[in-house]
Amino acid sequence: MNIKSERLADTVNRAGQTDPFMVGGKVLSSRFLMGTGKFKNKAEVRDCIRASGTQVVTVALRRIDLTRHEDNILEYLPPDITLLTNTSGARNAAEAVRLARLAREAGYGTWVKIEVINDSKYLLPDNAETVKATEILAKEGFTVLPYILPDLNIARALVQAGAATVMPLGSLIGSNQGLRVKDLIQILIAEIDIPVVVDAGIGSPSQACEAMEMGADAVLVNTAVATAGNPAGLAQAFALAIQAGRQAYLSQPPGPRPFAKASSPLTEFLYNESTAS
Amino acid sequence: MKPLLSYESIQSVLKDTSPGTTEALAQEAAALTRQYFGRTMSLYAPIYLSNHCSSFCTYCGFNNRQKIKRIKLSLTEIQNEMRQVSQTGIENILLLTGESYAMTPISYLQDAVEAARGHFTGISLEVHPMETDEYRALYRQGVDGITVYQETYNRKRYQEVHLGGKKKNYDYRLGTPERAARAGMRSISLGILLGLGDTAEDLLALFQHLRSLEKNYPAVEYSLSFPRLRQIKGQGLAPQTIDDIAFTKIICLARIFFPRVGINLSTREPPRLRDHLIECGVTRMSAGSKTSVGGYTLADPSAQDPQFDIQDNRSVDDILKMLKQRDFDPVFTDWRPIPNI
Repeated sequence: MNIKSERLADTVNRAGQTDPFMVGGKVLSSRFLMGTGKFKNKAEVRDCIRASGTQVVTVALRRIDLTRHEDNILEYLPPDITLLTNTSGARNAAEAVRLARLAREAGYGTWVKIEVINDSKYLLPDNAETVKATEILAKEGFTVLPYILPDLNIARALVQAGAATVMPLGSLIGSNQGLRVKDLIQILIAEIDIPVVVDAGIGSPSQACEAMEMGADAVLVNTAVATAGNPAGLAQAFALAIQAGRQAYLSQPPGPRPFAKASSPLTEFLYNESTAS
Repeated sequence: MKPLLSYESIQSVLKDTSPGTTEALAQEAAALTRQYFGRTMSLYAPIYLSNHCSSFCTYCGFNNRQKIKRIKLSLTEIQNEMRQVSQTGIENILLLTGESYAMTPISYLQDAVEAARGHFTGISLEVHPMETDEYRALYRQGVDGITVYQETYNRKRYQEVHLGGKKKNYDYRLGTPERAARAGMRSISLGILLGLGDTAEDLLALFQHLRSLEKNYPAVEYSLSFPRLRQIKGQGLAPQTIDDIAFTKIICLARIFFPRVGINLSTREPPRLRDHLIECGVTRMSAGSKTSVGGYTLADPSAQDPQFDIQDNRSVDDILKMLKQRDFDPVFTDWRPIPNI
């Protein structure tokens, strides 16, 4: 990584300090969460982490090589990173719970992304099983970040179950299609008090920025970065876009209007007697 | 480019002699593979436990009419093979036998699976077809995947080449993936033996079979294999030749029709082809394979006839080197062996 990108990562982190992002009692300054699958090598994951300033990365427990000590993903992660193991491969709540416990026993911490997928074709999350797993694991002291199809009732159930965030998909995982279910995510943002992290389908920084502008608390990206021509460059672009989107959201942009706003008011005369004729 | 899922459409792609068609298919297949699998490549290795077989399949070197030395590994020998393979770093193991219900009954397979649990994180079987409750027992013991090829979907051709043993029963074999899925198996691998029947017809039927399984058992991770038939010693069967161009197109078609499905490529294909096809759809490859019984540890495996000859003799380390040079991240572990309930 070059000096210029270090400076950019610093900028991203400094900006976060005035607007902290709290998850499970931890204060995060970066709102960019990153997945670690699909990369051509593990050094590239590390470069993306450095370039973007991300503080939370998710790793599939099933892909962590416990016995081979050569080329283990964990060796490429900076020591201060928060490891979010995920339950990729789980087909139901019971399997997700077993994987999460295994991760904790193996010393990978208590942050877990619940991923229960019962459909190998579309990889859509199974919301009902996700709620069950969240309930069990939250009670056991895990910080649970469940990956869901955006559904208000499910999100409410997850809050009740003790989830630390809700993580709705923006579109099919790996599809790079952006916010195809924008209206449903907007409802979660309006109604759910725990952080809303848009998790899948985000394919470009502009899409991430759009999610942040509408009030999402953070964005998690994997495929777009891992399969980019220059992953570290794109990871950094995502971090900046997410920062820009957050700042825009906080700055209350005026929003588009369907017609021109009259610069000469039409009804001012009703309130101001001095208006001419 | 995406042809229709029809006989004519598949046939026209296979018959098209234009290099442009092959390239267009490959580009599309490569883009889909990178999108859904990234630059990763899963690795596995086979262990042949036994070559006893009670079926008579005219194209197979293990069939019950072949005068070959029959071997079945003892549990100690199985352990030795597993130790040897696991030392190469391989974590996904495929245990194979001939199809002999008497010589390699479920109890024998269970012993082998129990041994494999000590060495590997992913265990699959390519053995004789079984009933759902038998698959269930194996699943609960730690088997994650079943490989079973229909060989050809054409009934007439199937009967012509499967002349004896339980494998004669076309419908029982056809129902095998479904029985394995019902038992809870995590992954199922389907395939056709290229060169046995009409390729377009078999591909179409395989794809339709997979579509129907996907609809009924959506949680299963499916993968496809396309072994090419080779002439075996002492057999007059003249297989249709599937050349490298047709073979490449078949891999690409599978990827285009099934973007998320795994595609396996074994060491029966030569290094040059394997090294190129990893770009166009393949997601799992075997490495350092031995295809004779006890091939990793027995004193003189060359005295035996393997089921098929290996064309890619490179070691696991060589394959790792090749993958890294080509910007692929090798994946050894694909699953954690949590108890299957």
